[in-house]
Amino acid sequence: VKIFATYNIKGGVGKTTAAVNLAYLSAADGHRTLLWDLDPQGAASFLFRIKPRVKGGGKALIRGTKALDDAIKGTDFDDLDLIPADFTYRNMDLLLGGADKKPTRRIAQLLRPLAAEYDHVFLDCPPSISLVSENVMHAADVLVVPLIPTTLSVRTLDQLTEFMADFRGHRPQVRAFFSMVDRRKRLHQEIIKDLQAERVDVAATPIPSLSLIERMSVERAPITAFAPRSVAARAYRDLWTELSHDG
Amino acid sequence: VTAPGQRGFVLEARPGDEENLLSAALAALAEAFTVTAEPGAPGSGTRRRTWLDTFDWRLYRAGLVLQFEQARQGGRLLLSQADGTPQAEQAVTSWPRRPPLDLPEGPVRDRIAVLTRPRALLPTVRAVSTASVTRLLNADGKTVARLVADHVTVTAPSQPAPSQAATTAELAPRLAVTEVRGYPGPARKASALLAGVPGLSPASQGVFIAALTALGRHPADYSSSVAAEITAEMPAPVAVARLLLRLLDTLESNVDGVLRDIDTEFLHDLRVAVRRTRSAVKLLGAVLPDELAEHYKAEFKWLGDVTTPVRDLDVHLLGFDAMAAQVEAASPADLEPLRAFLARRRAREVRRLAGALRGPRFRAIADDWRKALLEIRDTGSARRRRPAAVTLALSTTGRAFRRIAAQGGTITPDSAPASLHDLRKRAKELRYLLEFFAPLHDPVAYRKVVGDLKQLQDCLGDFQDSEVQRAEISSLAEAMLAERAAPAATLLAMGEIAAKLARSQAQAREEFAARFARFAGPAGQERVRVLLEGRP
Repeated sequence: VKIFATYNIKGGVGKTTAAVNLAYLSAADGHRTLLWDLDPQGAASFLFRIKPRVKGGGKALIRGTKALDDAIKGTDFDDLDLIPADFTYRNMDLLLGGADKKPTRRIAQLLRPLAAEYDHVFLDCPPSISLVSENVMHAADVLVVPLIPTTLSVRTLDQLTEFMADFRGHRPQVRAFFSMVDRRKRLHQEIIKDLQAERVDVAATPIPSLSLIERMSVERAPITAFAPRSVAARAYRDLWTELSHDG
Repeated sequence: VTAPGQRGFVLEARPGDEENLLSAALAALAEAFTVTAEPGAPGSGTRRRTWLDTFDWRLYRAGLVLQFEQARQGGRLLLSQADGTPQAEQAVTSWPRRPPLDLPEGPVRDRIAVLTRPRALLPTVRAVSTASVTRLLNADGKTVARLVADHVTVTAPSQPAPSQAATTAELAPRLAVTEVRGYPGPARKASALLAGVPGLSPASQGVFIAALTALGRHPADYSSSVAAEITAEMPAPVAVARLLLRLLDTLESNVDGVLRDIDTEFLHDLRVAVRRTRSAVKLLGAVLPDELAEHYKAEFKWLGDVTTPVRDLDVHLLGFDAMAAQVEAASPADLEPLRAFLARRRAREVRRLAGALRGPRFRAIADDWRKALLEIRDTGSARRRRPAAVTLALSTTGRAFRRIAAQGGTITPDSAPASLHDLRKRAKELRYLLEFFAPLHDPVAYRKVVGDLKQLQDCLGDFQDSEVQRAEISSLAEAMLAERAAPAATLLAMGEIAAKLARSQAQAREEFAARFARFAGPAGQERVRVLLEGRP
């Protein structure tokens, strides 16, 4: 199994949209795919029309009184399952902190029994640096980081890289990509060009800012599913091709 | 009977009324769900499946079902338990168009080879099904269950099969509710709604069994056992005719497999049927018209004899690897020229055998013998000489046992091998008599006697087989020399095998006394008395 996590310290950068579309594309390629909506807001669950509710809440999952397996819901799409968000995930840091030995490794540990059942797991992680995000970094093989093309946003990538530099042992591969890009803005183009020249871990495919992507919340489906031939869907497909062909 | 997570129904509609019934089913589901068609959904479209088993249903008897699902190129082999629980799966890139179907290496083959060898896999049923999928949505527009409607056409592959009626049939359409993971409730609800629709009934059989039934077959419809339908009170000639007809059915149902050389067991079963027939004619023929028994004694001896060369070579080839593994001084590879020699001979003998089985003499045996037996079966009760079947069973079985006891008692360590060979034949005859009349015996007493007898037969078999094989090894060596097909290393290795055979023959001879004493001594006699007289 290969674990992808979409993550950014900042919110509202197209993280969930990326997780939903990339997971869909992975499944469409025939990989058995699981998406865990770790964000208490439950946007990914909403987009798949699945109620953001887990019996026993985050507590039961983290403590292991309910197997992760039992929380899995089938989406409308073949080979794509989802573990829904739950409002109690907002206390996830406390729950993880209460886990006995290795509080930063708990999510990795919970995912282990699912390794045989899935080829790809996507973790849609809430923003901010927290025990949850640290867990996710320990669990992930690839950290997919959406960046909006502003100077400030680009700095968060440096912060993230620095933060993980202290990790001992497992360290995920970072793959950043530009999100919500407005091609008409000269500044966007410059920032993209500069960063792509500067860093090797930035994907070549940018995801444009398009109103069709916003329509996902009306359609409640991945754009790659309801408008597969759109510019946006094509961009996600190119991005997925890049990510899935790495390492 | 459906796959796990599925609830199946069968549409019991008259032809032409299916559409109405399907609409009624969808209307029932609309009470709780939004119902929308899902073209191109997983599981929709056309599926081509072929079920496979050995001729004698070894997989089915082991509670397994093997199907090959054809894809555009190659396909997948799916092994499951009878209830649909998956066991193993294997991708297949190319598939031989004609049997024998030897599976390519993979998990399915690993799982079933022990069961099926040396038998080949044959197609039992082919099915082409067209499925359409309907999604059942909840109030959020989420798919919470699916309804799969399946139209299946089944075909019987051309192959040897008894009682094969139709070659193509249409199954009653099937509906199945499939569960979406994590949504067991809606699937239950949908099934409950369907159960209330008149004309829909729960599917009690999987497609495989339903297909066989539609084709006028049933699983395990071949067995090499005797299992004739006889009763104790039946007039003896009728019982014997039934027995012989059953043996003739077995014999004939194996002919096609022998002619196509599908696997070695067709010939084996055919020969067993011939041997049983000969024993029955010899031991029970007194209740048949004299000239009939006399004539067919000779005919079945001929049939047995023409099948012997191929079977002998089969035995050598089937046991070849085990035999080669035993050589110590020589290397197993030294024996390869012998294998090649045996294979060449076998090809020649198979052609010869096929000629005999296609010829007029065999056809005459099969047809005229059947006609004669049918006449006896249907008019036999009117004949003058008519003891009940049970009387015949008890007298012949008792006599056969006493003969073995007397004959075996005279065998000493110095007796000639021929005396043991002869005893083996008598033991085989007794075994056949026991099997013929098994339905008339008490099962417990029967098992005890057969158990002892089998031990004795195994010992006598080891003794004789070793001797026969040793003789064959030396005649093979001579034949190979004559054809200049024998390297010295091969002959040496064959010498080693002959020595091994001599040792195991000596061992069987040592064991004989104890086995015989167990079978024919006081305790053994008491077991036979209980069997025949019915009192402990």
